[in-house]
Amino acid sequence: MEIQWYIYLAAALFSIGVIGVLTRRNAIIIFMCIELMLNSANLLLVAFSKMHAAAAIGKATATVVSDGQIFVFFIMVVAAAEVAVGLAIIVMMYRNVHSVDVNFLNRLKN
Amino acid sequence: MNNVLQIVWLIPLLPLIGFLINGLGRKHLSKTLAGIIGSGVVLASFLISVYVFFSVKGGNTHVAHYFDFINVASLKIGFDFQIDQLSSIFLLIITGVGFLIHVYSTSYMHEEDNKDFAKYFAYLNLFVFSMLLLVMGANYVIMFIGWEGVGLCSYLLIGYWFKNNNFNNAAKKAFIMNRIGDLGFLLAVFWLIAKLDTTDYHTVFANISTLSKTDIIGITLLLFVGATGKSAQIPLYTWLPDAMAGPTPVSALIHAATMVTAGIYMIARSNILYSTDAAEITRLIISVIGLATALLAASIAIKQNDIKKVLAYSTVSQLGFMFLALGTGNYVAAVFHVMTHAFFKALLFLGSGSVIHAMGGEQDITKMGGLKKYMRITQITFLIGCLAIAGCPPFSGFFSKDAILISAFEHNKVLWILAVFAAMMTAYYMFRLYFLTFNGKFRGTHEQEHHLHESPTAMTLPLIILAVLAIIGGFVGVPHLLGGHNEIATFLQPVIPVHENAHPLSSGTEYGLMIGTTIAMLIAAVFAYLQTRNVAVKENKGLGKILENKWYVDELYDTIIVKPLQSLAAFFNNVMEKKGIDGFVNGVGRAVNYGSRQVRLLQSGYVGNYVLLMVIGILILFIVQLFL
Repeated sequence: MEIQWYIYLAAALFSIGVIGVLTRRNAIIIFMCIELMLNSANLLLVAFSKMHAAAAIGKATATVVSDGQIFVFFIMVVAAAEVAVGLAIIVMMYRNVHSVDVNFLNRLKN
Repeated sequence: MNNVLQIVWLIPLLPLIGFLINGLGRKHLSKTLAGIIGSGVVLASFLISVYVFFSVKGGNTHVAHYFDFINVASLKIGFDFQIDQLSSIFLLIITGVGFLIHVYSTSYMHEEDNKDFAKYFAYLNLFVFSMLLLVMGANYVIMFIGWEGVGLCSYLLIGYWFKNNNFNNAAKKAFIMNRIGDLGFLLAVFWLIAKLDTTDYHTVFANISTLSKTDIIGITLLLFVGATGKSAQIPLYTWLPDAMAGPTPVSALIHAATMVTAGIYMIARSNILYSTDAAEITRLIISVIGLATALLAASIAIKQNDIKKVLAYSTVSQLGFMFLALGTGNYVAAVFHVMTHAFFKALLFLGSGSVIHAMGGEQDITKMGGLKKYMRITQITFLIGCLAIAGCPPFSGFFSKDAILISAFEHNKVLWILAVFAAMMTAYYMFRLYFLTFNGKFRGTHEQEHHLHESPTAMTLPLIILAVLAIIGGFVGVPHLLGGHNEIATFLQPVIPVHENAHPLSSGTEYGLMIGTTIAMLIAAVFAYLQTRNVAVKENKGLGKILENKWYVDELYDTIIVKPLQSLAAFFNNVMEKKGIDGFVNGVGRAVNYGSRQVRLLQSGYVGNYVLLMVIGILILFIVQLFL
């Protein structure tokens, strides 16, 4: 498959994520949208990695051709850790104010 | 000969040491000690000066080089002293009259605190040091150092009683007016350096032919501007009457005998420059200004009632006479008059100090009168001073003033008539002063009358010595006509070459002039006596009121110089400073304040807003990166 389809898909996913973060007020949905953006980036990394690997086969200089794919694993691990912290914050937030609306937390204003 | 050069540096150094001891130890010295140190160093300088005087009598000139004061590229200005006939006369006047005034001061200033007493002597010594430097320097730069030094001491001593604000203002006025003149002097020195690359008297006078006409006129005029400031001539004379705020001995030393004659010394020193044909216009200006000053100041003195103000205006007037002599090319007569004037004017000032002392600080002559009963010595010496300044033969003033008048007569008859008129006014106001002070009945309060007494010996002794000098001082310049030899002219010959007059006056004319002027002065004196017999204090009208108010010159200067300057300053203060600079600085602060108040609104506290801004920022970065 041509590389541009992957790029279109990733761009679409990223845009959905951005718009979601901008428009929604529910903290959990914002969180999900952030995950969406992260995974669109993962998708691109995997796609480009595959493309470069195909081009590099048969060349003497090529040693490792799967850097991008390994990078994705790192991102997944970091994302998992982030989810753990983020969800904990949301739980604490709900316990304190009985709401997950981010606009409710504007006490820093003024 | 070398002996002279070996000790000549002691003359200014001794007063400097006196200044340092009195100045630094003023808190620890007793009055007696401060007085002895202050007077002693000047006496020592006087003795050395006498020795130096006799060593140059034969016509020698000594130049001593001590070190290079300025040594830049081709310009070399040495710290040099030049001892010749002209400077030795001034040395004698400064240290001799200075010593008498120091002795007088020990008694006059005795009521001051210990600390102030020593401070006074420190200033006085510093003044003597600067004045000696002025006359001993071998180039214009060293002269300028002394010139500035005496100006500073004059300022310090006029404002000696600095707690009185009027006195401070008088001191500032003297300093500022002197600065205007000093600028002229300084420019003349720069001009000389630019053209001749030197300021040494010898080299300058030797190379005078290399100067163009413009150079000579410019330099001589600028030097004369310096002289008008220091020697109180029109238009810079108004500081001298105000300078009477200082203690009376200071007025005698600085504002009568020595400092104010510095301008005459400078021009007499530069006589070769001023005698050139190119400087004819300068000479004309000098004689006109000198005569105008003599007339103006004498006319003001007629209507003044403050004993020191009369003497101050009389000093200005006599300085005008000296400039008239300089302008008519008779430098010897000017120096001669400086000398005799130093004697009789110091005498008159010290005498007035003695009167003020007896009157307990009263200076208004309409409140005096009849003092001759109480203070015989002061009265007699004061009378001698009056006779000398009025030019009554054979007192010293007669010879010097006669020399000036004859020189004016030879030059221009109009100058002579006006000068005689000024001399008549001199006789009038001096005898008016004398009769009002010492004749008639006492017009002060009963308390003051009870307090009247003759001053102590430390004050009367200088008066007596000065009176003797005022009587005999003129005999060094007796003209040939009266059987004299005019020793002073012969003595000064190496410095001031005598120009043989092409058309000497016939002896008959000269006799006639002498007798005529003497009679004119006697008439003026008698007129003064008749007028002062009954003193009715009446309001002055017309011309009298103008004279009493000093021709309104102070008011005129106030209107055309001081007021516009002040309004300019007020403009800069209110508009440039407050609106311009302050406005700009405050504006920056206000703009930052306003800006941050607006930017603060971005911190809404809503997460969505922050995210939106972040996204917009990233988009802008992308656009910049990709398309720009």
